[in-house]
Amino acid sequence: MKELDKITNPFGDDKVIANCGLFGMMSTKGRRFSGQDAILAMANMHDRGNGLGGGFAAYGIYPEYADCYALHVMYESMTGKEQTEHFMRTTFDVVHNEEIPHRDPANSGVAPAPILWRYFVRVPKNVLKEISISRRGLDGGIKKESPRDGIRDDIDDIDDIGRIKEAIEDNREDIEDDYVVKQVMTINTGIADAYVFSSGKNMGVFKGVGYPEDIGNFFCLEEYNGYLWTAHGRFPTNTQAWWGGAHPFSLLDWTVVHNGEISSYGTNRAFLEMHGYYCCMHTDTEVIAYAVDLLARRHHLPMDIVAKVLAPPLWVSIDRMPEPERRLHTALRLTYPALLMNGPFTIIIARQGEMIGLRDRIQLRPLVAGIKDDMLYLSSEEAPIRVVCPDLDETWTVKGGEPIIGRLGGRVITGFEGFRGDSYEELPSTAVRGASGR
Amino acid sequence: MSAQVEVLEVLAAPGAGCVTLDARGRSYRELNRTLRSLATRRGVSRISVTNVLGQRYIGTNLRGEIEVRLYGTPGNDLGAFMDGPVIYVYGNAQDGVGNTMNSGKIVVYGNAGDIAAMSMRGGKIFVKGNVGSRSAIHMKECGEKKPLLVVGGTAHDFFGEYMAGGTAILLGLSLGPGEYHKANFIGTGMHGGEIFIRGRVDPSQLGAAVKISEPAGDDMRRIADAVGEFAELFGYDAGEIMHEEFLKLSPKSLRPFAELYHAGSRDSLQLG
Amino acid sequence: MKSYLLPQFAVHRDDDRCIRCKVCVSQCSFGVHAYDDEDDEIRSNEGACVGCQRCATLCPTGALVIRRHPHEFRPNANWSEEMLLDVKRKAETGAVTITGMGNDKPHRVYWDHLLLNASQVTNPSIDPLREPMELRTFLGRKPDGLLFKDGRLITDIPPQVMIETPIIFSAMSYGAISYQAQLAFMQAAQELGTLCNTGEGGWPMDFRRFGRNVIVQCASGRFGVDPDYLNQAAIVEIKIGQGAKPGIGGHLPGEKVTAAVAATRMIPEGTDALSPAPQHDIYSIEDLSMLIYALKEATNYEKPISVKIAAVHNAAAIASGMVRAGADIIAIDGFRGGTGAAPRVIRDNVGIPIELALAAIDERLRREGIRNRASILVAGGFRNSADIIKAIALGADAVYIGTAALVAMGCTLCQQCNTGKCAWGITAQDPYIAKRLNPDIATRRLVNLVRAWTLEIKEMLGGMGINSIESLRGNRLHLRGIGLQEWELEVLGVKGAGQ
Repeated sequence: MKELDKITNPFGDDKVIANCGLFGMMSTKGRRFSGQDAILAMANMHDRGNGLGGGFAAYGIYPEYADCYALHVMYESMTGKEQTEHFMRTTFDVVHNEEIPHRDPANSGVAPAPILWRYFVRVPKNVLKEISISRRGLDGGIKKESPRDGIRDDIDDIDDIGRIKEAIEDNREDIEDDYVVKQVMTINTGIADAYVFSSGKNMGVFKGVGYPEDIGNFFCLEEYNGYLWTAHGRFPTNTQAWWGGAHPFSLLDWTVVHNGEISSYGTNRAFLEMHGYYCCMHTDTEVIAYAVDLLARRHHLPMDIVAKVLAPPLWVSIDRMPEPERRLHTALRLTYPALLMNGPFTIIIARQGEMIGLRDRIQLRPLVAGIKDDMLYLSSEEAPIRVVCPDLDETWTVKGGEPIIGRLGGRVITGFEGFRGDSYEELPSTAVRGASGR
Repeated sequence: MSAQVEVLEVLAAPGAGCVTLDARGRSYRELNRTLRSLATRRGVSRISVTNVLGQRYIGTNLRGEIEVRLYGTPGNDLGAFMDGPVIYVYGNAQDGVGNTMNSGKIVVYGNAGDIAAMSMRGGKIFVKGNVGSRSAIHMKECGEKKPLLVVGGTAHDFFGEYMAGGTAILLGLSLGPGEYHKANFIGTGMHGGEIFIRGRVDPSQLGAAVKISEPAGDDMRRIADAVGEFAELFGYDAGEIMHEEFLKLSPKSLRPFAELYHAGSRDSLQLG
Repeated sequence: MKSYLLPQFAVHRDDDRCIRCKVCVSQCSFGVHAYDDEDDEIRSNEGACVGCQRCATLCPTGALVIRRHPHEFRPNANWSEEMLLDVKRKAETGAVTITGMGNDKPHRVYWDHLLLNASQVTNPSIDPLREPMELRTFLGRKPDGLLFKDGRLITDIPPQVMIETPIIFSAMSYGAISYQAQLAFMQAAQELGTLCNTGEGGWPMDFRRFGRNVIVQCASGRFGVDPDYLNQAAIVEIKIGQGAKPGIGGHLPGEKVTAAVAATRMIPEGTDALSPAPQHDIYSIEDLSMLIYALKEATNYEKPISVKIAAVHNAAAIASGMVRAGADIIAIDGFRGGTGAAPRVIRDNVGIPIELALAAIDERLRREGIRNRASILVAGGFRNSADIIKAIALGADAVYIGTAALVAMGCTLCQQCNTGKCAWGITAQDPYIAKRLNPDIATRRLVNLVRAWTLEIKEMLGGMGINSIESLRGNRLHLRGIGLQEWELEVLGVKGAGQ
């Protein structure tokens, strides 16, 4: 197995540390627009990066292949490309492939570029059928019990494993997704000189070594039209300049851009490893992406709940909440304590049809939101938003732990929506007893 | 000196001592170098800068009696370490307004971001709208130097965190009827200075180190002075603002953490 | 037969300072000091002195100094004084040597070879005094995930007990410790929002009001176990073993079984209270499961069930079995754990350090994907807040403290608990001696200790840029080893300092 962590983390540090500037913009009406604005915004935050990484994620850019997984791959050698393409022929139906269009790196102000290729693929039907019969892959929180010599069988009855399993197996798309994740991990950890850096449908990640505005120009992003763009300018401290190490980090159509350093990394990672995720990039961003994948895709938690797992309210606040809300947050904190992202962070998470901005619960990294008509903007600073939209309807500093969620269908949700309607109200009684008398 | 001024084109000199610059596309180093050069030029008393967009540290290296008017969104650390000038921002300001500012005045006709007035040592900051997290954190005072922060709207968490001196005023003008201020942990670790709040706060929003009282002595006079200046700057009716009650927050103790640390011999222990 | 044992301690009395107040005479429960009326002099029988320092501490003029006795045998690297005396003691009694407290041998204390991390530049440290620092901890089985259906949470949460600091008072039974000492533990646990453990000696009726702060034990002796005992507590703990004496039982001698102790243990007064080595309904893992579910039935599935074992060589595999058998909490007691009475040879030679056992167990449960299904409590020689926070980083949910709590109340580790003569009144049953321990003052001292350690834990957490203890739990990246060999680093799952 090739050691991806040696590439991304050459000094063998606990993790790769990087801080940065973030930007995201979305039309909640699904209006598509070019990447030019995202490039201009990032140029304004030039000073927040140090030229060792920049990148963009764009959604809705491949309508002609909307039902295909778009794999963006970087190769360090032709052998890597040949081996990968051979592997893809055996695992996917490749509908189309081509070089990812780009300008000359020498004239773009970016570092020497690897070979950049993209593939539009489908999961073969026969594979799908086989998987449905004997399901394998990342096990998403479903533990396969090892033989339990003579131990009573009713253990599972008091757990919800069965129900989670059921919920997942109902979902055919999950089976395809898991299959794709598995193949991507196989390429990334098994084939030398090849790295898949984008694998979602009708979306793509474009990233590399350079300032973000230069990376954007290099990839000709002004020629793409998407309804949602996120961007990242990186300030790493301990990684070598490697195109795959830039952000956004992505898994399927999830992308994460992140600013800050998470002190709970070891705890987060250990928990995710227990759930079958292999953290080969050694970055906080990777850990956040996997956490979101586990919570939102596998455990089917709504995004505003996911935000409350990553940045939960403080106990002093929970203790003051009215009863059903207090019980919900207690249940979340005691079930997912290891996914609390502790320490300073701002993240912009995106997936098909949705963009989420979130700051850590004690507000140690910045996040500004802005709204103009159907546009939602998220940024580390206000100025970059003003660059692309001088006359905002509204702009504000986002409060810690309160997600800003933009959704297709013209909706922007600020804060925690769970208790605005009647949802989440009927909670099962939790038998939490406090030694403190609460 | 003159060569540096050429870096940015001076658009106009509308009146005696007044100069206008366009900051569009200029780096903060360029812009600040030009400002400093102009400010030290004889006869220049006011500089207006248009199209400010994210340039950091404006006012940091300026000293003395110069007025700077900023149109747009200045970048982080506006007026950091500033000593003397008066800055007007016609727009929102970002994080770190008046960071460790020594003297002078900053007036923001919009919102300010996180850590506004952090470790401020002297001078005044007026914000028409809201401020972000940890504003007025660790404000100080010493002798004659007594900084003032007046916020027209509300603040995010940790307002006045371990405040050591000075005066911070929250007017709550952006709150709806019956709405509470947004901040939690107000004045946590506060051990000096004073916070005056107009508008509703629940005691649970306050840090443990804070004592609540009604303004007394010359408190109302000082609030009225600050509100008067605020109202004049932003076009409010001071009397209307003063019509509502204010709450005074001050430290319970000048040494709130003394009993949490101990290093001593047997006979120095204070046993309860 | 004349004893060939030499005195262990020497008593130095400064006659110029001594005012003949006779505090030392009345305070020494081992009969060392005696007042001679005729000569107006206090004489000391050094052979009886155990070095508990009660007299020196209370002497109002500082006239007393108790030191290790300076007599010396010919130096011999193989035959230390301790070895010689132990042989002589056995030659004189023909009996197993019994002692109190924990292993006093100089085995490596791994806590002292682990270093903590702190934030610099890339993320901020957090100010623990001004900003919230969360130590709240939940003990009990956690669900594998939460399920929402139509906006409703449909997952049932297994029973949890919430504590406000990850420090719990260890199991010490009434009988082994005095009524006053157990009362102090209960009062302190209540004030601190944490738990104390009754041990296996029953639960006095007038302490039942502390129920939500009490863990009761169901051990091999089954003393005082009835449905109320089980249902009035917060947690029920099945005690399989104890760090100080893995694999063996014990007995409380008949002379310590007073009327009150007898009533609490539900046995006749004056009889020996026997705790068999095994639980005779548990000869295998499936039997453990049977007892766990018997207790769950008895408590209507409303209480977490804990299982406590001594840290032994294959603790990781055993722990995994315990979790699969249905334990909601597993408690591991390392070989430095204390005891009221244990054979010295067992105490000093059986079991493994808690640091290594904890690291191995946490790792095993993670690899098997079942770490969330049980909380891990660890015990066995926690001396300070740094030991505790390092245990959390190795994967513990909370820590049991026993010896440290006794020291807070006055204990000086003289190792005489088994004699019933504890001059500090902690392990004494003689009402005259036991009443020296004022339960309210003892409570104050316990609360102060835990409060101080809790503050120190917050300081260290803040330094690491963490404001909630759950983000340090199992976060071994915040630990580095120093002075350790490769295999030790591997077991602990930490890198070496500088790596």
